[in-house]
Amino acid sequence: MTSLNRKLLRELWKLKGQVISIALVVAVGVMSIVTMRGSYDSLLEAQQEYYRVSRFADVWVSLVRAPQALLSSLVAIPGVDAADTRVSFLATLDLDDSGSPSHGRFISIPDNGRPVLNDLQIRRGRYINLGANHEVIISDKFAAARDLQPGDSVRAIINGRARELEIVGIGVSPEHTYAVPPGGLYPEDDRYGVFWTNRDTLGPAFDMEGAFNEAFVTLSPDANEQAVIEDIDDLMEPYGGLGAYARADQPSHLILDSELDQNRVTGAIIPMIFLGVAVFLLYLVLGRMITTQRGEIAVLKAFGYSDREVGMHFLMFAVVAVLLGGVLGTIGGLLLGEAYIGVYSRYFDLPGLAYAPSPGLLIFAFLACVAGAFSGAIAAVRDAVLLPPAEAMRPEAPTLYKAGIIERLGISHLVSATSRMIVRNLERKPVQVFFSTLGIAMAVAILTLGFFMFDSIQHMMDLQFRQIQREDLTLSFREQLPESVRYELANLEGVTRVETQRTVAARLRSGHLEDEVAIQGLESGSQLRRIINSKGLEIPLPAEGLVLSTMLARRLHVNPGDELVVEILQGKRRLANVSVNGLIEDYLGLSVFMDKEALWRLTGEPAVVNGAFLSIDESGRADMNSVLKGFPAISGVASPASMLESFEEVLADSIMVSNAFLLGFAGVIAIGVIYNAARISLSERGRELASLRVMGFHKREVATLLLGEQGIVTFFAIPLGWAIGYSLCFAVTLGVQTDIYRMPFVTDARTFFWSAAYITLAAIVSGWIVKKRLDLIELVEVLKTRE
Amino acid sequence: MTYSIEAQKTAPAILSTQGLCKEYPMGEITVHALKNVDFELREGEMTVLLGASGSGKSTLLNIIGGLDVASSGSVIYRDRDLTAFSNRELTDYRRFHVGFVFQFYNLISSLTAKENVALVTDISPDPMRPEDALELVGLSERINHFPSQLSGGEQQRVAIARAVAKRPSILLCDEPTGALDVKTGKLVLSVLDQVNQETNTTTAIITHNASIGALGDVVVHMRSGEIAERIRNESRASVDDIDW
Repeated sequence: MTSLNRKLLRELWKLKGQVISIALVVAVGVMSIVTMRGSYDSLLEAQQEYYRVSRFADVWVSLVRAPQALLSSLVAIPGVDAADTRVSFLATLDLDDSGSPSHGRFISIPDNGRPVLNDLQIRRGRYINLGANHEVIISDKFAAARDLQPGDSVRAIINGRARELEIVGIGVSPEHTYAVPPGGLYPEDDRYGVFWTNRDTLGPAFDMEGAFNEAFVTLSPDANEQAVIEDIDDLMEPYGGLGAYARADQPSHLILDSELDQNRVTGAIIPMIFLGVAVFLLYLVLGRMITTQRGEIAVLKAFGYSDREVGMHFLMFAVVAVLLGGVLGTIGGLLLGEAYIGVYSRYFDLPGLAYAPSPGLLIFAFLACVAGAFSGAIAAVRDAVLLPPAEAMRPEAPTLYKAGIIERLGISHLVSATSRMIVRNLERKPVQVFFSTLGIAMAVAILTLGFFMFDSIQHMMDLQFRQIQREDLTLSFREQLPESVRYELANLEGVTRVETQRTVAARLRSGHLEDEVAIQGLESGSQLRRIINSKGLEIPLPAEGLVLSTMLARRLHVNPGDELVVEILQGKRRLANVSVNGLIEDYLGLSVFMDKEALWRLTGEPAVVNGAFLSIDESGRADMNSVLKGFPAISGVASPASMLESFEEVLADSIMVSNAFLLGFAGVIAIGVIYNAARISLSERGRELASLRVMGFHKREVATLLLGEQGIVTFFAIPLGWAIGYSLCFAVTLGVQTDIYRMPFVTDARTFFWSAAYITLAAIVSGWIVKKRLDLIELVEVLKTRE
Repeated sequence: MTYSIEAQKTAPAILSTQGLCKEYPMGEITVHALKNVDFELREGEMTVLLGASGSGKSTLLNIIGGLDVASSGSVIYRDRDLTAFSNRELTDYRRFHVGFVFQFYNLISSLTAKENVALVTDISPDPMRPEDALELVGLSERINHFPSQLSGGEQQRVAIARAVAKRPSILLCDEPTGALDVKTGKLVLSVLDQVNQETNTTTAIITHNASIGALGDVVVHMRSGEIAERIRNESRASVDDIDW
């Protein structure tokens, strides 16, 4: 080993605290790239392969009923590559528990071959046999949640009749990658499953012999998607077509895609923050190291070491920190990536989903860190290289101070000498102070943003399930029923209040803009389903006209008072101009509300309803489920309370995991910045501080002087971090504005408090570590030596 | 051990050591930095400690200044034994009773001359005004200058003003002219002489420059950790009379 390398090793050991803290920042940067980008790549690949193998459709349409013969017309549409039809219904499951209601989405599959499009993958067991009308394949998540195996049987209420079905296989399909029960917002695997069965099982039961109620097509490479959608709509209109939509609007695909998008963005931002901090810290630490070693650099050069050798010597310091961080980060990233994908597979059922970062990604992550770190190191090392040997022999010129802000403000007489020292030291190195402040502020911002996400989700859920949906049970009817059904429901034991609703599919048009929606007809003065805006205020339902989600109004470019063309997509398919009489800033879905009676007049139908909301007292709670199973007309029973409960369970887990990471990440940055800045101050001013100790200043007083700087930096970094975090939250709420949900911009005071408290704690810990070192300062040394 | 004739004791001792020893390990061997040293500083007097480097004079100064602790023996300051002091008590001893002047001034570079003095007067019970302390060392004109704007001699005078402003009982100066040229060194010595005369502050100057010995009431020569010689000058020379 050369002497120069031995010097390097000793110095690395001496500065191990700083090397480790920088390595950790680099490690988190590498880790976040490896984890997030690696997961993104893995998810994307799994998704694409899945779609390809399953022949996932490009355009979808639901309708009331069309003869199977229409399939040939569908295939004949220009731009259509392949087409397929099926029968699909929702049915209540009769499971042996008195808990919340469970549903099955029943989907027909051919028993003489596989579906042309939207094929399913068999995970266990087998495909259904020809003519076996009692055989069913169930979705994997439901099977797992209910502990069902091939060979077991389930009972379902199909069109009012209980049917015993034999499970022959467990399968998955790309349209149910993210399976949300009807009326739900979140996967509830134990209460909702997909059931694939013989067309003959469903066809007759739902009066669909020789007919279908869902169709989909794939497009040829040069097809015009919009034109195909319009052609399909024209074709399906006589058969009660509910409006064709593209794959981009397919619910499961839409959610997976927006998740992927979000992953891609955070996967780019987080590593950038950490690499930025690493660059800054390396510049800071190496810069100081070179300053203290001016004399040694001069000696090395005088002895004939070249500029390159001297430069490499100091650069190696960065190399070690970066390599250490790179290795730690890669290992951590690979482990975390596995866990990350594990969390994804709880929500998204993608066969073949495995965390498999490409070697290219690992190399990229590594190179990104090395490049980032070197850009910080090289700036500092350049100074060492450029130093002429003769100049390097001389001690560095004394630090220049001048009158600063305290004098300009004319408050010198109010400020103690120690405060002046602190302020002037900060004024002397504005760039370093700026980046230190920014670094710590980013740590605060990361926390603020992370905590905000949960504030926002909780606010959204609370609004939806405590303020808006106040019923105990939500019933959906298989077909429309006369309004008088309310009296039947009201007579059930334990039911204290009944409200009914009428929901119709409609197309809203404003100029060339249009959207397909479900208009919800509610009772005037509805108590169980209220229209609440984002401020928590109830909006009374106008007697006439529509109330729209602000998001929908924006898409259609309409304001209150404007008229929309409403095309009802069922029944008599009436067309009418209806005015927009209110807007509601809401978070979930695109809602359109109308007074139920006004809706009846609009559709021209008698007083019919297709859903109801029930309030139930304690006496009815226990066996209401089994009572409702006896009503063939009820196709679905949902319980907002149980939805909220299962959601909150999942959320609590995510909060714990996510908070652990946030705290870890923010802590690494805050401690990295504060510790290194304080260490450098100590190195620069050790002699001054020791002199003060000699003059009778106590350890605490001297520590105040040293750490006061970091205290002030932290003090200013916190509000700056809040501001950055707040802006990021706002950017996120703007970014996450999908049809499915909008994020409420709700920030809880606790979020700000805890992010500040945590960073303050990190600052105290860093300060404490440095103070330990300060306490060891050799007082006698300063009397003799000049640094 | 040879002693010269002791003159009559004119003032009581403010600080004295008995049998002071200091040993520290240096690798395999033990260095005996001080061997059984009996030493005293008398009220208001100026004592000059002379010796080559390694003679133990700095170790002695560090111990009587409360910066280092003795291996054995005692240091009595006004009836109290420093060797029994805790770290905190030693800090308070330095804070309230001792003033230090360093070879390299050790001014705080971010504070002006006046503020450097104020730094000490802020924590003293009965200090001079910083302006008065600076006037005493002849720097009234430069009180708002930062150290980087002052010459070496000026910086050392600020350091003296800072040391005496708290009205210490003992002023300890470690090679105060070591970093200065002759002319500036003499200027600094005349300031120390003047402070000693005007404020009656007990002063100890350590130096390897034998000609400075003439300025003191007492000159103590150290050699190999022992006091080789102690001389009481008949009269103190004036700074103008010495040279090196």
